[in-house]
Amino acid sequence: MSRTRLGYEGVAIVSPATIPYQRFSIETAHWWIARALKESLDQAGLGPAEIDGFAVSSFTLFPDTAVGLTQHLGLCPRWLDHIPMGGASGIVALRRAARAVQAGDADIVACVAGDTNHIDSFRNLLSSFSRFSQDAAYPYGFGGPNANFALLMDRYMKDYGATREDFGRICVAQRQNALRNPNALMKKPLTLQQYLDARPISDPIALFDCVMPCAGSEAFLVMTVEEAQRRDLPFAVIAGTIERHNAYADDPVQFRGGWAMDIDELYHMADCAPSDIDLLQTYDDYPVISMMQFEDLGFCDKGEGSRFVQDRDLTIEGDFPHNTSGGQLSAGQAGAAGGYIGLVEAIRQVTAAAGPTQVPDASRAMVSGFGVINYDRGVCSGAAIIEGAKA
Amino acid sequence: MSEPIAPPGKKNPQRRTDVPQTPPQQRSRAALGLAAAAAEGRFMLQVCGDCGAVQYPPRDACSRCLSINLQWQDVSPGGRLVAETRVRATTDLYFRKQMPVRVGTVKLDVGPSVICHVHGDVGDGADVRMAIKLDRAGQGVMMALPVKETPFMEDDPRLREMSCTPRHRRVLVTDARNPNAPAIVSALAAAGAEKIFVGLSEDWRPNRHNDDIMAVPGVEMLPLDVTDSKSVEELAAELGGKTDILVNNARYVRPGGLMARNDTVFAQNEMDVNYLGLMRLAQAFGPAMCARTADGTNAAVAWVNILSAYAISNSPDYGCFSASNAAALSLSQNMRADFRTSGLRVLNVFVGPTDDDWHQELPPPKVPANTLARSLVQGLVDGLEDVYCGDVAKDMIERFRASPKIQEREMTGFRS
Ligand SMILES: [Zn+2]
Repeated sequence: MSRTRLGYEGVAIVSPATIPYQRFSIETAHWWIARALKESLDQAGLGPAEIDGFAVSSFTLFPDTAVGLTQHLGLCPRWLDHIPMGGASGIVALRRAARAVQAGDADIVACVAGDTNHIDSFRNLLSSFSRFSQDAAYPYGFGGPNANFALLMDRYMKDYGATREDFGRICVAQRQNALRNPNALMKKPLTLQQYLDARPISDPIALFDCVMPCAGSEAFLVMTVEEAQRRDLPFAVIAGTIERHNAYADDPVQFRGGWAMDIDELYHMADCAPSDIDLLQTYDDYPVISMMQFEDLGFCDKGEGSRFVQDRDLTIEGDFPHNTSGGQLSAGQAGAAGGYIGLVEAIRQVTAAAGPTQVPDASRAMVSGFGVINYDRGVCSGAAIIEGAKA
Repeated sequence: MSEPIAPPGKKNPQRRTDVPQTPPQQRSRAALGLAAAAAEGRFMLQVCGDCGAVQYPPRDACSRCLSINLQWQDVSPGGRLVAETRVRATTDLYFRKQMPVRVGTVKLDVGPSVICHVHGDVGDGADVRMAIKLDRAGQGVMMALPVKETPFMEDDPRLREMSCTPRHRRVLVTDARNPNAPAIVSALAAAGAEKIFVGLSEDWRPNRHNDDIMAVPGVEMLPLDVTDSKSVEELAAELGGKTDILVNNARYVRPGGLMARNDTVFAQNEMDVNYLGLMRLAQAFGPAMCARTADGTNAAVAWVNILSAYAISNSPDYGCFSASNAAALSLSQNMRADFRTSGLRVLNVFVGPTDDDWHQELPPPKVPANTLARSLVQGLVDGLEDVYCGDVAKDMIERFRASPKIQEREMTGFRS
């Protein structure tokens, strides 16, 4: 057993910002990132000169990185991070920023993710995603992530008897949640029958199993609790958080993520149990991945995911509120901002700032991230339990 | 079983010929090892020289022990299909025309999982035999095949994309006078070639192979002299648009090395046929064939060169002939580069001394024409780029790979 980790005491998460997504945008990632950063700073009453830490995630920033953005946006941080972890970026940025603030390396860290979506950028993104994908995945039909996740969904269904109806329940519930989120790209209700009848994309994946790529950005700030209180900002605190990369590399097909290695420690850190979680934000690039998270995050046993979604109500008013803003499946996947959407929504939820998607009395949320299909599976995973500040 | 492919009908002249597209070309340097294995039809993966772990995808350091000592080795091709999908949507222009594409994950007996093309006759969750095939980008790709042959197996659309099979295709064999011509024509016909054109130089001169060639169904003899640009161009104008496979068997060979001759007469003939002849053919037929690589069932697929194994390292007894073949080998690499974007494959069949008049002073082993023809057609069916036919050719390439310099020293040793 490794040493006990230090806790995250004294760290506050504030100013959750979401710039409404657009299906396509002629703007750049820089533009989208600047807007989310400004929105978040405005909420806190801060100017760009007042942040001394900056973490960025983006796929479409090329040829720039976080470094280029400091000059582009006129920032002078003493702590800087560029996090290329896709769907795990939000959790990882939070973890890094929290430690920087705790250690005094930075006082206020802005964490931002954003991407643009030009008419042709999805295709360009695919063709330059990773070396293993280029060498060993894309030459096989060039189906992108759809094909990868179709393979693991196929295996999952065969091993555990899950059906498309089960995955459909996740999508339908999220669409119901999205209808309350004025910024969600998907604005029409989705029925289970529509889900089942959808155009096949890469069997068993069909249209409503896939996210819609779009442009957008998300941000939040990390500072000390004292700073948040001094500024009178609603804030969340970190009860516990984990990350893990390239877990279970010998599994022939991915059926579990890195969470499963560290989940006990997460609950131990947070001193709570799955039943104490008021709402869950999973990384939902495909519903099978959300189902995998229900299992690996301890809400049900491995293989029980389909029964879990049959027994529980995943809507905002249900007994297991899940992806309350509609998640990526219904709000859209704004590139690396897809790694932030759940976390930013969870911050709003536990600080009672979620508005139309608010879960009543939500005080403790779990957020999980999952990212980077480097070859045949998602490599990065992370999770955090955050709580609304006690008055 | 696979659905047998119907023979292509008459082409509609109004319809635009599909523009040649290739699957994704881009690869890391390590991944080119797959193309090298596929070129010879071998199933090779990187194996760690320190800990023995088999690696996939190809990489630069061992994922078990961090050793950089990774060697490409033949490994067991057995595995099991553990997941599959049919990709029905893609942004790639090549695959858009191939949808749906069956793709799977195979757990190899030797360790890694691989994402691969899956033959239509592989059952759900079945054991498979893996092959590394050259795709239309000329890159090595993994394909899961049924463990045992199935009826019409080669007609599976994905496998046919990887193959250059003569089945339902029209082939031009350039030289009716070469003693190997009857065997090659027969083997092509046996493999299902729809039509075989055979070039005959100086058609007023008798050719002792004509009867054997003309006995094969589907054969048509046409005038062709590879040393005459005009003759080559004329035939290309007539046949270029309906040549799906070109087999260049034209060859001029005389024994003798540099100092055994005191002029350049034979050498000029050797270069004129073996090197410049290939160049004339490539320039005349190449463009039309490259434009027709996406033209349905009988799209243009391959160009075949028959090269002396002594193109690899000079054999002093046939020194000048070796030199002309070395030139042709080099030119074939140029052809590969120029044909790459079209997907037209260049198959080089290397052969040691053949069993004919010009090699009668050599001791065995010599390659009978039937053996050469069989290797050539099998190379097409398997979609290879390099075939080493016979013991001499295999020995030459093995020694070349061990050490080109030691091979040269062996080849140029004391002669009595
Ligand atoms: Zn090793």
